[in-house]
Amino acid sequence: MSPPVAPPGWSRWLVPPAALSVHLSIGQAYAWSVFKPPLESALGLSGTQSALPFQLGIVMLGLSAAFGGTLVERRGPRWAMTVALVCFSSGFLLSALGSATEQYWLIVLGYGFVGGIGLGIGYISPVSTLIKWFPDRPGMATGIAIMGFGGGALIASPWSAQMLESFGDDNVGIALAFLVHGLTYAVFMLLGVLLVRVPRTARPVAGTPAVSNGPQVSARSAVRTPQFWLLWLVLTLNVTAGIGILEKAAPMITDFFADTSAPVSATAAAGFVALLSAANMAGRIGWSTTSDLIGRKNIYRVYLGVGALMYALIWLLGDTSKPLFVLCALVILSFYGGGFATVPAYLKDLFGTYQVGAIHGRLLTAWSTAGVLGPLIVNWVADRQEEAGKHGPSLYGTSLVIMIGLLVIGFVANELVRPVHPRHHEPGPGTPKEAADDRRQQSESA
Amino acid sequence: MTGDSSQSPPSGDRRGLIAFSWLWVGIPLGYGLYELVRKATQLFTG
Repeated sequence: MSPPVAPPGWSRWLVPPAALSVHLSIGQAYAWSVFKPPLESALGLSGTQSALPFQLGIVMLGLSAAFGGTLVERRGPRWAMTVALVCFSSGFLLSALGSATEQYWLIVLGYGFVGGIGLGIGYISPVSTLIKWFPDRPGMATGIAIMGFGGGALIASPWSAQMLESFGDDNVGIALAFLVHGLTYAVFMLLGVLLVRVPRTARPVAGTPAVSNGPQVSARSAVRTPQFWLLWLVLTLNVTAGIGILEKAAPMITDFFADTSAPVSATAAAGFVALLSAANMAGRIGWSTTSDLIGRKNIYRVYLGVGALMYALIWLLGDTSKPLFVLCALVILSFYGGGFATVPAYLKDLFGTYQVGAIHGRLLTAWSTAGVLGPLIVNWVADRQEEAGKHGPSLYGTSLVIMIGLLVIGFVANELVRPVHPRHHEPGPGTPKEAADDRRQQSESA
Repeated sequence: MTGDSSQSPPSGDRRGLIAFSWLWVGIPLGYGLYELVRKATQLFTG
């Protein structure tokens, strides 16, 4: 399958919905928890067992994005979206079979392994194409798509819950729900497959900079540069800091205000968690778009510097004011989302568009690392504090200080990012081709 | 939204396609956001 080239008159505003149709679907992964309790009771599973499909899915996301990125660049976005559609939907269909026949390993294999490949390939599938269509606003373009990944869980969570309520939460009901998910997501993602196009020229919109400007670095060369690993560290630490709040959001707000005149109920804590999801999503589009105006390095200075300040405010003053606590947590979560969404544009600035999707795929291993590191730190510290007989806000003091430290290290790493040395640049990075494209475009316009 | 957005101005058909594709993704997202807002208000009322 060759990359689908846009016909004359094709609008670049058709590409973000194509990307969203994929990201809104695969974002369902973060709503897996809806299936956990029914699976546990229907198939007699433990909590750890019922988390396996999700955990394997996230591992496969990282691996397939890292190892499949170059193939995605070569075959193009339509191929990648097709693979994502087939894998993600097949994962649900295999899970339906597994649930109907009470073969849990099929659910792990289907949702976790096969579906996980769909997650990774789907996640990186539109990135490079969006950057090529929006060379003037790469942060906004990738922000829209990556916001979709956050939005996917918002849609799937209530939708899946309603479906389980209708079909029943025994193994047959769960199988039916998986089946409907697989079929619906296949149809929904099809829009992306059909709509996505790569631009005909290096300058897709008159008056915008050509996308082949600047250094062009291959994925293989990029991972040999300090810039890649500094960004890897920045992303790992920013995500770890966000997970630090996400992982313990509900118990944290409850513990912080347990001894005050206005304790937080379980219902209100659930509302707090929902609000954090909104901040995460808003940060993806809002901060990433802002990065087009103030620059990538500056926006990461904000994520890491102001993020550390927000953590310090929670640590020092969090239990004195509920609005202050909520506000700081919301800002931290918006930076968490922003960090994810801005990184493709940062990579484009450093390494060019040549293999930015593949480089992004390799960088996503930072996500997997943070996914392990963040919960590990927060849970381990909270357990030790509890054993030491602490309660309330003091349960989290050490975690908060660790998070501040991580963000400061991330801030320093971001400061160390410099333009990539020319020895890593691809030879003959398209300047003549770009000129030829421009001449062709001008003659077509004339 | 479409004025500066293509290699040449989109035809009427393309405008319809743009509207359709944004509705395709916008309607489910709107549903998700509505459910989110409903849940988030529990922080202030719960």
